[in-house]
Amino acid sequence: MLKSKHFFLLPALLTLAAIILFPLIFTVRVSFSSWDVYQAGLDYIGGRNYARLMEDTRFWESLFRLSGMSFITVTLQYVLGFALALAVWKDMAGGRFFRILFLVPMMTTPVVMSVIWRTVFHESLGPANDILSMVGIGPVPWLSSAAGAFISVVIVEVWQWTPFMFLLLLAGLVSLPREPYLAAAIDGASPARTFWQVTFPLMAPISIGAIIIRLIEASKIMDTVYVMTSGGPGTATETPSYYIYIRGLREFQVGYSAALSLAYLVLMIIILTIIAKLLMRFLVGKDD
Amino acid sequence: MRNTLTGSISALAVAAASLLPPAMASAEDYTKYGIEADLPGTCNYSAIDAKDYSGETLNIITHAIPVIGEPTALHAEQFAELTGAEVNVVHVPFGDLFQRIMIPFQSGQNAYDVLFYASLWIGDFNRFLAPVPEAYTNSSGMADVTDSFKGVATWNGQMIQYPMDGDRHYLKYRTDVFENPEMQAKFKEATGRDLTLPATWEEYNEVASVFSGFDWDGDGEMNYGSAEVAKRDDLMFSAFISRAAPYAKHPDVGGGFFFDLETMEPLINTPGFVRGLELFVEAQASFPPGGTSFGLGDEIFSFGGGQTLMSYSWDDAFIQAQQEDSRIRNAVGAAPLPGAKEVWNRETGEWDSFDEPNRAPYMTWGWSSAVSDASENKDMAFDFLCFFSNEANTFHDLQIGRFGVNPYRDSHFDSAFWQGLGWDADVADSYVTTLSEMEQNSNRVYDLRVPGVGQFMSSMANGVAEALAGQKSAQDALDGVAAEWSDIVDRIGADRLREAYANVVVLEDS
Repeated sequence: MLKSKHFFLLPALLTLAAIILFPLIFTVRVSFSSWDVYQAGLDYIGGRNYARLMEDTRFWESLFRLSGMSFITVTLQYVLGFALALAVWKDMAGGRFFRILFLVPMMTTPVVMSVIWRTVFHESLGPANDILSMVGIGPVPWLSSAAGAFISVVIVEVWQWTPFMFLLLLAGLVSLPREPYLAAAIDGASPARTFWQVTFPLMAPISIGAIIIRLIEASKIMDTVYVMTSGGPGTATETPSYYIYIRGLREFQVGYSAALSLAYLVLMIIILTIIAKLLMRFLVGKDD
Repeated sequence: MRNTLTGSISALAVAAASLLPPAMASAEDYTKYGIEADLPGTCNYSAIDAKDYSGETLNIITHAIPVIGEPTALHAEQFAELTGAEVNVVHVPFGDLFQRIMIPFQSGQNAYDVLFYASLWIGDFNRFLAPVPEAYTNSSGMADVTDSFKGVATWNGQMIQYPMDGDRHYLKYRTDVFENPEMQAKFKEATGRDLTLPATWEEYNEVASVFSGFDWDGDGEMNYGSAEVAKRDDLMFSAFISRAAPYAKHPDVGGGFFFDLETMEPLINTPGFVRGLELFVEAQASFPPGGTSFGLGDEIFSFGGGQTLMSYSWDDAFIQAQQEDSRIRNAVGAAPLPGAKEVWNRETGEWDSFDEPNRAPYMTWGWSSAVSDASENKDMAFDFLCFFSNEANTFHDLQIGRFGVNPYRDSHFDSAFWQGLGWDADVADSYVTTLSEMEQNSNRVYDLRVPGVGQFMSSMANGVAEALAGQKSAQDALDGVAAEWSDIVDRIGADRLREAYANVVVLEDS
């Protein structure tokens, strides 16, 4: 039964509809139009954009490339983030300083840091090759070879977002109960066994949350690629977000880029749901 | 800023004085604008000073600082002080500039009165631009603009862009190396021929190859043969056009360079373009480390900083090399782009041989300006553009490399002006001769100024990048580009594109 008090919800609901539902519905509508640089407006062309998308090998290749990149970066971020969190979890000299220091990369602006890293990796002027040359290595084609560019983007992503993983995992560690550790100590468990039998299982739920959040963010990688490699050499570092940016904003294919965005959104929801289920099954031992 | 302006005015005054009858100079003192002497002209300082736009607002969108953005901000501030107008300037990075202009156009908003943008977007923007009124097409500044840059500003016989920059690609090289007997001997030993300026792109690659990987200028740093814009989304498509043009643009075959105008069939995968791309791929061996990901800024820095022997693209690297603090000042020269002795004839389907290399100067896109047709302040907007490009401002802006304003008037091709800036006579002569002769060449190539040019160029850049990265052969890469171009033609419409492309062909075939 609708009562007058329910109308107090109306402003919040309208705001929600305006900022979430309207753009989404509008994007769906645009994706069925031929809106581009010459044809502005919402004509109706049926599923032509989606049919074109199915044959767009560049899009599918970028998706495949992103899968590899995300798997590598998030795995490294998780391992390093966990290690750093464990390092400062227990009382240690300068622990508070290191906690703040580890967070610095995450607090910097991605675009600015990408510019800095691009300079670091500059092959004739950057410090990376200078340092390597002192030990007889190089010059390394950081940004001009396909493998080098891919690795460079991975390094920057890991550097920038490991602190996020560190923060979440440290919060999880701090909130763990003490009793299991007391029991493990009484039983004489080694530190390694304590980690694998106590810490890791207890941290599984928060680990899954952190990994999923990072996968969602990693799937949107754009600024690092834009600044450092422009998707090159060739298409070696082109990700779906960057590809959609090119189609939508550089080439002004508004209708087609809307279709790409929606297809990408649906694919991400499906893939990430499957990954979350699998992680729950293997790490926690249940599906939900 | 003022210091910079004042400091650079001495040379300007010398040059200006030689161009003008002294009696015509204005008596007003405009030195606070960095102008020692106002120059006569339709929109000079005194003429604009006499206008009153108090209470009116002018909205301008332009590129980020410094290129074009800095002179826009400077002259907007001056215009506001002179006329009393409120002038708002929005600076936008290049990657976002097109959509920031196009979205208000498509949605019918009157967001900006004055627009600064890349001249090749005229094919997309022409429907939304106000024609330049006769009072301005007859102005003193416009009378001095070269015919080719008037052509660039014209659409269907009507001037709709306001010329304020002139761009072309040409060869830049280190004279101290080419004229060095030791280097000449080294080259002869390596190749069996005399060291000469490259007349073809094959020769360019050969010279670049010989002078790569050793310290030929004795500064303790390694040197390389060629710096080129090779980064996919950083104007690389223009570098490719420069390289492919002499092989694909036959002097006796008109009717289209990128497309066959009659059929709108893409020509991008024909043998001339493929040959140009193969040589581009080959040239990578002579790039500095990281050269395959060089954007325009890297190319400017590499050649202008003395790392590489040769380069080609816009003026910037040359101007950078000629800055007062440059260690290679007056050790550089300008020359026409290399040509080709074998040129693809698409009418006969065969390669034609030439004793003298075929040259196809690339009148590449540069900056242009326009007034929105939706503007409610068109008079003020055109006054601003006329003021921006008045004689004193233009001579001032030409001297500052980072401003991105390059010669586009006949008076700019005066060697004495550049010598007045401290350039050696040989350097200045090679510069103005190279630039001015391009104006006379009848085998010029222009950009694809049609609706959807961004789609066409993005597709081409991607294909070229795939070939440069070794992902595809030159032929396969360009076959892919041609297929994508055909799809774009189908989407936008062959008739619509043909009508637009005819404007380009007129420029090339005239």
